[in-house]
Amino acid sequence: MTLLAGEMATVTRAEVEDFLYHEAELLDEWRLDEWLELYTDDARYVIPATDDPAGNPGQDLVLIDDDRLRMMARVERLNSRKAHREYPHSNVCHQVTNVRLGVADGGELPVRANFTVWRFRGGRETSYVGKYYYTLVRNEVGLRIRSKRVVLDLTALRPASDVAIIL
Amino acid sequence: MTLTESRPTTTGSQLVVEDPDLHAFRVHRSTMTAPEIFDEELRSVFAHSWLYVGHESEIPNPGDYVRRPVGGRPLFMVRGAKSGQVHVFHNTCTHRGAVVCRRDAGNSKVFQCFYHAWTFDSEGSLVGVPGDDAYVDNIDKSALGLASVARMESYRGFVFASFDPDIVDLTTYLAGAREYLDLVIDGADGQLQIIKGTQEYGMQANWKLLVENSIDGYHASSTHDTYFKYLLSLGTDLSVGVSGVTKDLGNGHAVLEYKAPWGRPVAKWEPLFGDAAKPEIEALRAELVEKYGEERAARMADYNRNMLIYPNLVINDIMAVTVRTFMPTGPAGTAITAWEAVPADELPEVRQRRLDSFLTFLGPGGFATPDDIEALESCQQGFASGGVEWNDISRGMGRAPQATDEEQMRAFWRRWRDQMGGAR
Repeated sequence: MTLLAGEMATVTRAEVEDFLYHEAELLDEWRLDEWLELYTDDARYVIPATDDPAGNPGQDLVLIDDDRLRMMARVERLNSRKAHREYPHSNVCHQVTNVRLGVADGGELPVRANFTVWRFRGGRETSYVGKYYYTLVRNEVGLRIRSKRVVLDLTALRPASDVAIIL
Repeated sequence: MTLTESRPTTTGSQLVVEDPDLHAFRVHRSTMTAPEIFDEELRSVFAHSWLYVGHESEIPNPGDYVRRPVGGRPLFMVRGAKSGQVHVFHNTCTHRGAVVCRRDAGNSKVFQCFYHAWTFDSEGSLVGVPGDDAYVDNIDKSALGLASVARMESYRGFVFASFDPDIVDLTTYLAGAREYLDLVIDGADGQLQIIKGTQEYGMQANWKLLVENSIDGYHASSTHDTYFKYLLSLGTDLSVGVSGVTKDLGNGHAVLEYKAPWGRPVAKWEPLFGDAAKPEIEALRAELVEKYGEERAARMADYNRNMLIYPNLVINDIMAVTVRTFMPTGPAGTAITAWEAVPADELPEVRQRRLDSFLTFLGPGGFATPDDIEALESCQQGFASGGVEWNDISRGMGRAPQATDEEQMRAFWRRWRDQMGGAR
């Protein structure tokens, strides 16, 4: 993929919001193969532990630390009928708000947003609340995600049990 | 025998029924659902066992502390600033009750109750009472220090507490589990350390289902198909399967010791670790052979161990080492806490491989643990359906227990049965 450096400074918040809403829609509709296409080949998807939000996945225990290969494996798993926790799939609703753009640097644009992800399955309701920290880049097709770090505001994951869905 | 759903017995011997001649072992499903049994477990099991509090490496410096719910009671573990000793205190002011340690972890020389500002030092001594001239007979501060838990002992860094002052000492309690703890600790060259980051998750299922699941070799290939497919896609040879033995370690403890397809950071290479890691992992293995001889080194490097320390501590030395404890919040609710243990002086690239290996299988975002949670909640839902009164735990009875048998679960259930029958 060719990254178009130097063009991130002109990206508008409306453009970023449209992009994040698109990602949310793909996740809500379980179109996970299309969701993967939003990510660069060197992408990372990380969820730190609830008691260590600044955790470094190279040293500390986190909840999820996926590179592209593991994101693909996660999608393949969730698409199968053998990811028992998510078969049948939950109804999920990703709500993205408070989108703020940081200062573009070297072709990368840092973006933070607040989120609530609702998950409904088998009569049970759970929710995840927290902050998204993205690093966005642009290629010839459009915006792409190089990094997504999901910091939960939950003090423990207990009410939600697990993070078998993609946040 | 018939047990009605409305008035279940809490007597262990009526709930866990074993017939060695018929190779039959049954557990009544009310053990997983009845509020009366849950209440009795708090009194008979959790109040009379050694319970895991934490690891000394979590509080390396004087004044370091962590809060821990142990047996359903909020406690905190602190390293005394003067003595350097580890203390476990009930988290309550001796004056009128408010908690004195109000953050989950940190470092402090004193713990001050914010309500009336009584102040305790990190050894638990009461060192400050505002306006103490109001106590006309003089206040005896020495009698009003923080309450230590009835018993506290550490085994090579693993800190346990008990609410029973008359319980046997920890080493006696650990029985055969001690040797298996040693294998984990020696595999880290004696310097085992809990790293930062805690996985605090939960499930809507009975805690004993997680006891069974944590040491269950039988479910691996059926429940965790997607994990094995992931390993296969990386080039892992799955033909070895899960093969080994299970052992009753005494006092309700049990272990499953086996070979499996996945790699071990110390010290069995697999494709997930990458070709570049091969020589290093072989060197780690050679070190073990030199230190412990070929036989013990082979156990440490090649074999996996899922161990239960009765009643609610699991130490799994598998694709990584996880320390997991859990506590019921009710008959159908369990709070689970898991940490990762590593050798203290591990090289950064070895640590990274260990973390990768841990996260792909283990934890609430892994490729396997969520499906375990689903299985256990599914059992709980199945119990509610009724129509079937007993679980069958007889697999492998009458033969030398293999890794896919259920002898290790029977070891747990026998001790549970005895404790629920009044054994201490």
